[in-house]
Amino acid sequence: MDSALVRRRSALPGLGLTLGFALTYLSLVVLIPLGALLVRAFGMPLADLVEVATSGRVARALLLSFGAAAGAAVINLIIGPVIAWVLVRYSFPGKRLLDAVVDLPFALPTAVAGIALASLFDRGGWFGRLLEPLGIQVAYTPAGIIVALVFIGLPFVVRTVQPVIEEVDRDVEEAAATLGAGRTQTIGRVILPILVPAALTGFVLALARGIGEYGSVIFIAGNIPNRTEIAPLLIVIKLEEFDYPGAMAIAVIMLLISFALLLAVNLLQGWARRRLGET
Amino acid sequence: MRTERDSPRTRLRRFIGTAVTSVMLLVFCGGMVRAQLTVLNASYDPTREFYREFNDAFAAYWLDQTGETVTINQSHSGSGAQARAVIEGLPADVVTLALQADIDAIAANSGLIAAGWRDRLPRGSAPYTSTMVFLVRAGNPKGIADWDDLIREDVEVVTPNPKTSGAARWNYLAAWAWAHANLGGADETTLGFMAALYGNVPMLDTGARGSMTSFVQRRVGDVLIAWENEALLAIDLFGADELEVVVPSLSILAEPSVALVDENVDRHGTRAVAEAYLAYHYSPEGQRLAARHYFRPVDMQHADLEDAARYVDIPLVTIDDPLFGGWAAVQARHFAEGGTFDQIYGD
Repeated sequence: MDSALVRRRSALPGLGLTLGFALTYLSLVVLIPLGALLVRAFGMPLADLVEVATSGRVARALLLSFGAAAGAAVINLIIGPVIAWVLVRYSFPGKRLLDAVVDLPFALPTAVAGIALASLFDRGGWFGRLLEPLGIQVAYTPAGIIVALVFIGLPFVVRTVQPVIEEVDRDVEEAAATLGAGRTQTIGRVILPILVPAALTGFVLALARGIGEYGSVIFIAGNIPNRTEIAPLLIVIKLEEFDYPGAMAIAVIMLLISFALLLAVNLLQGWARRRLGET
Repeated sequence: MRTERDSPRTRLRRFIGTAVTSVMLLVFCGGMVRAQLTVLNASYDPTREFYREFNDAFAAYWLDQTGETVTINQSHSGSGAQARAVIEGLPADVVTLALQADIDAIAANSGLIAAGWRDRLPRGSAPYTSTMVFLVRAGNPKGIADWDDLIREDVEVVTPNPKTSGAARWNYLAAWAWAHANLGGADETTLGFMAALYGNVPMLDTGARGSMTSFVQRRVGDVLIAWENEALLAIDLFGADELEVVVPSLSILAEPSVALVDENVDRHGTRAVAEAYLAYHYSPEGQRLAARHYFRPVDMQHADLEDAARYVDIPLVTIDDPLFGGWAAVQARHFAEGGTFDQIYGD
């Protein structure tokens, strides 16, 4: 099939070369490392893998990791487009600065972010001091994990939605208005449908990032077994115990669940694009 | 001459030629660097300051003895992480780790270190020791004096996770030893005490330095269980108006251990200098430097007087005590999956 692709003269020059490069590069950087992981893990019987996944502690850690990542991604899904909207549609002093600030979570070493957030939210910290009288504890609870993941995931949603908003002409809104649409109708039936596919992409990226995040979470999570222990920490613990197969098993389970989730969201996205494109 | 008409084959050949030359150049340079005498010491976190001074002293000694210049490179991380790094190929000539168990792990999992490594140097290859003590806020506002204060309801305790930290395992065993000696010795009561103690722990950092940061800089908790050397160093760094050390009535004898990585020194041809480096730990100067950096030297007579005066004599239980029966037994009973630590948190 490959050779057929290459041999047929494409209108675009260099297809063979670029396709070859893309496949080689993807294999080297993504597929071979993952393949090695799978091969090492499949040294163990499937029954053992299932046993690892369903043992109380691992199951709870997986639930926490995926739950917190999903919670944080949902928060970003709501807040991210709003920020993107403000950055595109309004001009105000310091706009460029704010625009650059959005990328900071990308650039900051995650451990630095984690330590900063933990200091803000523990009892002596600026936020912690305000929240404590209200009986709200964020640091060293699952809420702290969500806070860290919201921080890490925000730029993914903002940066995927921003260019789409830039593409939307103001004329479209005006046209909607002249046709008698109210503000909520304009937003709900004209603007949102355009943004949904991009926002979903951002959501998936933030979710995927959050599931595997270790550096920033570890400082604010508390790491108490069964309560605030994330799955990546369990992998580290298994490695510390020189239990390579155990670590590998958890890694593979995370990989499988992540892949299933990403696939599901991708399908959803395709569906949304088709559906919203029609209306 | 490079023209645009070069055939793909010529270009490929030129590319391969360049690549091969580059690799050869790299290998050659690597060889040059290797020809200088260097020793890589893979150590754990709290020894940074100690080895900075110790390595200079040893290099001067080696130059004096042999006329050779030796460079000691240091690598620091958590003790367990270093053991894993060496197993996976970190070319360390010597390892100086927090736990004998971590060196045993290298020997067992990679064979890079000969099995009888403990018998090759005096005192089971542990040239200096330390113990676990309490670090509290200045003035000791919660009046913490001994292990039983740590299970009081108004006390929050900071200690790292025994699953990821060597220091945390020493902390755990010290508490266990105290409870065993003072609460009648039944396993159930001891375990109950441990559960109460860890019930007062709001968060488990992954390493000893992390816990120190949480306690000192982020002001989490009322008491930190820490290496004696780390606690004394913290007072040095942050001042006696911030922190003070409380020595409990009983603790554990922590024996950080050192070993030659046999296969690596043979490959590097550094056996002689690496052996001398380890032996130098036991020299009067090595012992003096250990004491200066808040470790307990095995020969206290070599310590400067002011350094020796720091250490409070308390009963210290050893890991080989029948209560524990050595690292392998401890690991299996307390820290392996389903061990007493997991039981505390239930599963």
